[in-house]
Amino acid sequence: MEDISLVTVVLMLPLAGLVLMMLFSRTEQAYKWAALVTSLVTFGASLLLVRNFDTSAAGLQMVHRVDWITADSFTIRYYVGVDGISLWLVLLTTFIMPLAILASFNPIKDRVRLYYIFMLLMEWAMLGVFVAQDLFLFYIFWEVTLVPMYFLIGIWGAEERIYAAIKFFLYTMAGSLLMLLAILWLGNEAGTFSVPDILAKLESGELAFSTATGRWLFLAFAIAFAIKVPMWPLHSWLPDAHVQAPTAGSVILAGVLLKMGTYGFVRFNLPLFPEASKTFAPYMAVLAVIGIIYGAWVSYGQKDVKKLVAYSSISHLGFVMLGIFALNPAGIQGGILQMVNHGISTGGLFLLVGVLYERRHTKLMSAFGGIWRAMPLYSGIALVIVLSSMGLPGLNGFVGEFTILLGSAGSSVLSWWFTFFGAIGIILAAIYLLYMFNTVFMGALDKEENKHLPDLNWQELWSLVPILVMVFVIGLQAGYFFEYMDGSVKELVDYVNGYVLSAAGH
Amino acid sequence: MGSSEVAVELYVLLSAVLFIMGAMGVVLRRNAILVFMSVELMLNAANLALAAFARQWASGSGHLVVFFVMTVAAAEVAVGLALIVTIFRTKKSIDIDTVHMFKG
Amino acid sequence: MDNFFDLVPLVVMIPLVGLLINLFAGRQLGERGVSIVAVGASGMSFVIAVLLWIAQVNTGYEAAVIDMPILSDWIVIPSANVTIPWAFRVDTLSVTMMLVVTGVGTLIHIYAVGYMHGDERFPRFFVYMNLFLVFMLILVTGNNFLMMFVGWEGVGLCSYLLIGFWFDKPGGVGWKNSDAARKALIVNRVGDFGLVLGVLITFWTFGTLDYYREGEAPIAHHAATDAEAPLFAPTLPGEEETHAVSGPLGVFNQAELWLEEGGHQVNFGMVSLSFETTLTVITLLFLLGVTGKSAQIPLFVWLPDAMAGPTPVSALIHAATMVTAGVYMMVRANVFYHAAEFSSFVVAVIGATTALVAGFIAVGQWDIKRVLAYSTVSQLGFMVAAVGVGAYAAAMFHLVTHACFKALLFLASGSVIHGMEHGHHHVSHGHSGHHDDDFDPQDMRFMGGLKERMPVTYWTYLFGTLALAGIIPFAGFWSKDEILLDSLKTGVDKGLLSGYVGFVLLVVAAAFTAFYMWRQVSLVFLGKPRHAAAAHAEESSRLMTWPLIVLAVLSLLIGFINVPSGFPILGWLLGEHQFTSFLEHSVTYAHAGTFSFLLATFAVLLALGAIYLARSVYSDRVLATLREDPLAINPRTQRAFALSSAKLYWDEFYFKYLIYPYRNAAYWLAEQLDWRFWHDYVHERLLRDPFNAATRALSGRVDKQVIDHSFDGLGHATRRIASRLRRIQTGYVHIYTMSVLFGALLVMILILLPLIRDWLGL
Repeated sequence: MEDISLVTVVLMLPLAGLVLMMLFSRTEQAYKWAALVTSLVTFGASLLLVRNFDTSAAGLQMVHRVDWITADSFTIRYYVGVDGISLWLVLLTTFIMPLAILASFNPIKDRVRLYYIFMLLMEWAMLGVFVAQDLFLFYIFWEVTLVPMYFLIGIWGAEERIYAAIKFFLYTMAGSLLMLLAILWLGNEAGTFSVPDILAKLESGELAFSTATGRWLFLAFAIAFAIKVPMWPLHSWLPDAHVQAPTAGSVILAGVLLKMGTYGFVRFNLPLFPEASKTFAPYMAVLAVIGIIYGAWVSYGQKDVKKLVAYSSISHLGFVMLGIFALNPAGIQGGILQMVNHGISTGGLFLLVGVLYERRHTKLMSAFGGIWRAMPLYSGIALVIVLSSMGLPGLNGFVGEFTILLGSAGSSVLSWWFTFFGAIGIILAAIYLLYMFNTVFMGALDKEENKHLPDLNWQELWSLVPILVMVFVIGLQAGYFFEYMDGSVKELVDYVNGYVLSAAGH
Repeated sequence: MGSSEVAVELYVLLSAVLFIMGAMGVVLRRNAILVFMSVELMLNAANLALAAFARQWASGSGHLVVFFVMTVAAAEVAVGLALIVTIFRTKKSIDIDTVHMFKG
Repeated sequence: MDNFFDLVPLVVMIPLVGLLINLFAGRQLGERGVSIVAVGASGMSFVIAVLLWIAQVNTGYEAAVIDMPILSDWIVIPSANVTIPWAFRVDTLSVTMMLVVTGVGTLIHIYAVGYMHGDERFPRFFVYMNLFLVFMLILVTGNNFLMMFVGWEGVGLCSYLLIGFWFDKPGGVGWKNSDAARKALIVNRVGDFGLVLGVLITFWTFGTLDYYREGEAPIAHHAATDAEAPLFAPTLPGEEETHAVSGPLGVFNQAELWLEEGGHQVNFGMVSLSFETTLTVITLLFLLGVTGKSAQIPLFVWLPDAMAGPTPVSALIHAATMVTAGVYMMVRANVFYHAAEFSSFVVAVIGATTALVAGFIAVGQWDIKRVLAYSTVSQLGFMVAAVGVGAYAAAMFHLVTHACFKALLFLASGSVIHGMEHGHHHVSHGHSGHHDDDFDPQDMRFMGGLKERMPVTYWTYLFGTLALAGIIPFAGFWSKDEILLDSLKTGVDKGLLSGYVGFVLLVVAAAFTAFYMWRQVSLVFLGKPRHAAAAHAEESSRLMTWPLIVLAVLSLLIGFINVPSGFPILGWLLGEHQFTSFLEHSVTYAHAGTFSFLLATFAVLLALGAIYLARSVYSDRVLATLREDPLAINPRTQRAFALSSAKLYWDEFYFKYLIYPYRNAAYWLAEQLDWRFWHDYVHERLLRDPFNAATRALSGRVDKQVIDHSFDGLGHATRRIASRLRRIQTGYVHIYTMSVLFGALLVMILILLPLIRDWLGL
């Protein structure tokens, strides 16, 4: 029996907070603050993860491993830990949650207690997805995230919330079922569901499956993850979910939930099925590039600002996928950093949209114009976040996109035109984001109802300021963030490429 | 004991005769009191057979059952007569064919 | 003196601090405080740039690489061998740019204090201006392509913010300004797309983006005539063998090394190209970036619209500094362009064509700033063409002189606009009935005769005009002459087509320059006022005229820093091609211009001829009754003038064939393909509805009818049977007793059955 690791502490803090909150909070006010404090404490604990992280090691750290269900033919474990791939995503989750909770203080007036219960449940499940190292445990967390999000959209959403919630649930569920089959198959063959154990068995030759099997399994996982990302053309649930979800729901959805898909590719698809990864890399990259251009193009055609931001996610996550399937260190590290960047920038954009929606109860861009004059502080912050999403050098978005393109240009599995078309996404991003910024913030303040909009209140301000800080920190000092992921990614890339080489050598 | 003893077959024969008489009474008579008495007759026929066999096999259990039957019969008389009196009060008759409220 | 180099981060930091102060405390500081902070920051940067220049001279033009304090390296990915630091480079090229940016920048800051007086967003304006300085200085001082790209996009952002500075003007003007701002940034992004791809290829080719590593000096070709001299050995620390492999060298020296060796193959990803081809690709991609930032064909369309910004912005960003970033970048990468002959040809053709086309369009404009905008495009064409013909020093020289006289012209035009607005204000106050809505303070048709009303502005404007037209001894003469001569020499001496093409186009462009400038001077200052506003215009404040005077003096004198060799007297007096010698320490392929008396005479006569022509077309008699341009009335020039006025329908072409199709396609994708087809039709008609139909079938037919009915039937059957059975419950006691009796009999028979069977012997 090992000691309880810090990872377990971070994972269980939201749950502990949830229990305490339900036991001792009496008023709605108390619920709000209890949720905020819990999420802040969790964030603080996750900072300790960074402090204790050994950047020179490649493998899992702060592992906590307990047998959970043991049977004759297999073992299911509570097996958690972090490595360079998951560390920043854990941090992203704990970073976004307090902001989402703070941003909910004013807008959520209905069934307040239930709302914060779901928020903390959500945090717990998302953290679980990022730290679980056992396929079975991972699957449970993966599915648990659906439940709070389903209710967040379905209860506190906009007009068509029920439709959106059901679509979200069904879409992701459909993909997950294929993954469940693949997980069961793998666990049954390997006699364990723990990924490190499976990898060890694969490496030692104790477990082997044919090329065709590997590819089928890859696809089963890939469809589940691709729906979550979402990759073109499986994106149809996203605009509905985003547009109907409450602000904090959109922030979590874009900020963290979508990353579960891209993370899944890096964590499971690449190491478990290296041959298939390499075979399918160009096809995945084609979808990624189509996503980049399609998402950006469709964004430009939107009239609803929230929908515009929703489609921009498809474009941005296309970049992430392109980086991952470049299958080299620069691409994958860029991809991981871009996951974080997208969480911060797009999370910020949704917060910004929420601010407008609170005041005007419309998200149509044509209802605004000249907001900069009415709300200078808000608009200044919006400018920075829009620029970060646009990939202005010196801000976070650029570092990710540039590193991804660097990876795809130097990739030995992708030809040059992936980079070419990917880079076109940079132009298109400027087109739709500036279109949005111009129509909403610039121009004459000519609509009477916009003339006396109040500027940010303290909750809104403080939910945006941390985002601003991170936009600059990552943008100026990306090296610090790469340092933590370098070891793990290097090992992963070496393993994937090494496997293919040895397979070719036979 | 010796030869002065009556053979058990005779007791059983008497018992059977008594039982058949009782059964006939129950089936054929309309008067509730007479039906009732016929039931008593059947019970005592059974008692006779039990006592006879008990004697033949020198076992106390037969007697035991006889006492039980007698007790039950006494109880039955008590309840049954009470019922008959009540029926007579309401129907002014003790003809059992006038009492068919339990028709399905 | 060495530690002067360590000051270079301050060049960037001081405007940064200035902008932060004004950003957070601008409201409290008031106009005066804001101006002091902003101008002070800009001025201190200039002082540091001067110190760096002195340090350069004193250290024998030694280059230095200085790491950014506070921040550590920017992008480091050990496993991918990526290291992109925050590092500054001090060499003669970057110092030249720093001096131009901070020097002209400071003057324009001072001018802007007067120009922006009373604007409600006064502090914000100076925040943007200082932010621009920060990015522009990062652009010119960065030691790698990516840092340059930070500045490159950053100045684009400032340009966006400043063009759209008056985004909320009423009457549709605000929207127009905002659109102009957006246009600028998006067009620049198209260029940046090329630049990013170029940078990516550069990285995979060289394994680094650093221009030169620390302690590494550019290979000096002008001095190394000795063929046996080792190429770069003296300047490198450590052993030679370790540097023979790629990696430790900066891109430029590595490129020279590989070119020297020959036959180097570039392999990365799935690409395999010869090194020469790679350089061609890189330089062409860079050129796309240049056409965006430096407003060349085909991406020059944003610059004329950018005049929507306040005039100091036009002067600083859209004339003197930002737009020259492309030229700076190509000069910085002169090693690449020198080696890539095809790219150089393309550069020369694009530059020269732009110079001519923009010069032609400038003739047909009425807006005072628009004329100058096209003139800027045209002059940038000169610089780009100079790079194309290999005259890197001439390009930089023209960049410097142009920064002075074009900033002067813009500021003077701002002064004119200010004066006109003042006059208009005066007039509409005096006679409240006399109020014309179509008055435009920038339209030259309303001006005329401002010479008397605004003498300082007139004289400084004249200096700028003469410098731009290339009249000896003004600054423009020296730099333009050097470009013309260099292109001709490239044609004649090296036999390159680009030289001839460049020369012919540029000479015609130079004639156009003199013509449209004199047209402008005539329309604005000469003749009699054609509008009451012009008649009541007033000279601008001292704060605005002083920078004009300083710039006018510079426009006259700055050309003397690079007197061509062989020029009589002056060359002996001031030293020959001082500026080129200065640059040679950092620009490998800089070469000094010689002087050709014949060409200089020809160029000056051409310019004077064009001025004479302009004056005769726009004579006082014509100006007095001006309604239409005389060229538009004259049947021989009518068509050409219309074409020029319409800007060759360039914008219309883009709108029709690029912008509208893209936008309509976006609507179609968003509404039809993605929403109606994919979201609604496929998901709802093809997935949801059949599913619902199947559900209905199951619940209606199968469940309700088949399954429900079968269970209902069971119930009914039970009831039917029960109702039959109840009949045997008669209620008659004797029937019950009979049945008991028969039942008992039956049981007895059943029990006795075996006995009976035995008895019967069955």
